[in-house]
Amino acid sequence: MSQLAEKKNFFRKEKTWREKMEALIPGFLLLCGLLSVLTTVGIVFTLIKETASFFAEVPFVDFITGTKWTALFSEDQREFGILPLLIGSLQITLGAAVVAVPLGIGSAIYLSEYAPERIRRVIKPVLEVLAGIPTIVFGYFGVTFVTPLLRDFFPDMDFFNALSASIVVGIMILPMIASLSEDAMRSVPRNIREAAYGLGSTRLEVSLKVVLPAALSGIVASFVLALSRAVGETMAVTIIAGSTPSMSFSYLESIQTMTAFMVQASTGDISYHSLPYYSIYAVGATLFVITLTMNLLALYISRRYKEEY
Amino acid sequence: MNPTAISVKNLDLYYGEKQALKNIHVDIDERSVTALIGPSGCGKSTFLRTLNRMNDLIPNVRIEGQILIKDTDIYSDEVDVEMLRKRVGMVFQAPNPFPKSIYENVAYGPRIHGLNDKKKLDEIVERSLRGAALWDEVKDRLKDRATGLSGGQQQRLCIARALAVEPDILLMDEPTSALDPISTLKVEELVQELKKNYTIVIVTHNMQQAARISDKTAFFLNGDLIEYNDTDKLFSNPDHQQTEEYITGRFG
Ligand SMILES: Nc1ncnc2c1ncn2[C@@H]1O[C@H](COP(=O)(O)OP(=O)(O)OP(=O)(O)O)[C@@H](O)[C@H]1O
Ligand SMILES: [Mg+2]
Repeated sequence: MSQLAEKKNFFRKEKTWREKMEALIPGFLLLCGLLSVLTTVGIVFTLIKETASFFAEVPFVDFITGTKWTALFSEDQREFGILPLLIGSLQITLGAAVVAVPLGIGSAIYLSEYAPERIRRVIKPVLEVLAGIPTIVFGYFGVTFVTPLLRDFFPDMDFFNALSASIVVGIMILPMIASLSEDAMRSVPRNIREAAYGLGSTRLEVSLKVVLPAALSGIVASFVLALSRAVGETMAVTIIAGSTPSMSFSYLESIQTMTAFMVQASTGDISYHSLPYYSIYAVGATLFVITLTMNLLALYISRRYKEEY
Repeated sequence: MNPTAISVKNLDLYYGEKQALKNIHVDIDERSVTALIGPSGCGKSTFLRTLNRMNDLIPNVRIEGQILIKDTDIYSDEVDVEMLRKRVGMVFQAPNPFPKSIYENVAYGPRIHGLNDKKKLDEIVERSLRGAALWDEVKDRLKDRATGLSGGQQQRLCIARALAVEPDILLMDEPTSALDPISTLKVEELVQELKKNYTIVIVTHNMQQAARISDKTAFFLNGDLIEYNDTDKLFSNPDHQQTEEYITGRFG
């Protein structure tokens, strides 16, 4: 009898303790969520505030139409035209796309439609690991391996150049495209493939004419996401492409991207609350607007054109 | 009697170690409807899919024996599997239209087999949709997404898509199991219509359906073909006791 009472008591105690925990959990989780929201708000707020200080001194039109970026020069020679930096980023992004899009789609098709399960199970995690390599490692891989290799073909090429950076950034975003596109292709139901095979399609026809179009929204979204990463890519392009803002759109010369400028400026000794300091935020805000737009675009594409099977 | 369209001899099929079809012998008549019945897991789908080599897509399948279509063993090395599947079309259990327009669904088959002439494609699309008794319902919205059609319409679209490559033989794996009674009736009527020009092999779980639409019926049990007979005979006076037990609902 007393034993039973003890047991009852024991259970009740345990239960109240668990109930308390249960009641606390949602609050704790909400806090976690709020923290990241607040951080984001804080970042955006700082960005806007410092950018506003920048535009108080430099007219917006000069900023977006100017063809010369000499933000870190002495005061009388400073010019804040962002076009060279935009072109630099555009060059890298385009170059990376040329490398990563075809290879990414190719690998996705191979993995989803051709690879035996056994091989897929090895390659897929490798891709994900590859996506996690620190970008600075890619940077040194670029200057110690890719650039010297390219200079065998283009002897006149600058040591710091856009081509090598584009290729390396392309390799960097390749796993992302391959992996996300493969996910999109895999989610195309098996019975649709069977329908295609049943009509006498070859494997290539099934891949290109049925699965690829059916997964297109996911695939395009993966491009946009990956390219938005290319736009924002920092360490590798800083190390490989150099820091020479240029309007030439030449892949064999040194250029500077928006991100590379931000690294250069923040590692130099510019004074706090000076115009060069504010210019970092103006460039950062531009970058933010571009990548945000691209991410929203990716979201829009994958929602709007999502297939109902 | 009609000539033989498909002649199956000594057919064994293994999924890995497990034997799913055991020494099957069947001669299927041209321009007739042959129903495959039997309890779940007895090998009906497996058998059906051997006839256009859809089982090739599954790893670890081993097939022994012969299947002759027009005197050619379809498992011999010279056979072009894509051509075989063009001649032996397939309609699946659940409607599986491509996420494309109605028109593109039907035009897909002819296109991959090399037809690009717009006028000819238009003709084929119309003829196939008429053949599948769907034309009147969709003729004004051929550019619409096929996935927006009703289930019954989707299934008839899948039949139209199969007809568009002009097969000789049509394999149907429980084509009405996902459909409502009215759509089912439409598909059944369609099968009756199609058998004038095509050899049809149809899997069904619905014995009334088998009795209504087929000329011959094959009863499978655990990978064995127990009885293959005229449908009237099989349902009124079967030769085998197991068939009798199955059709009277005593098991399965
Ligand atoms: N891909 C596969 N791998 C291994 N075994 C399989 C595979 N497909 C089917 N089988 C097995 O083969 C046997 C026959 O299956 P099948 O699908 O042909 O049956 P069925 O008669 O069509 O059944 P149902 O009426 O449920 O559709 C079953 O025992 C099943 O488990
Ligand atoms: Mg089945």
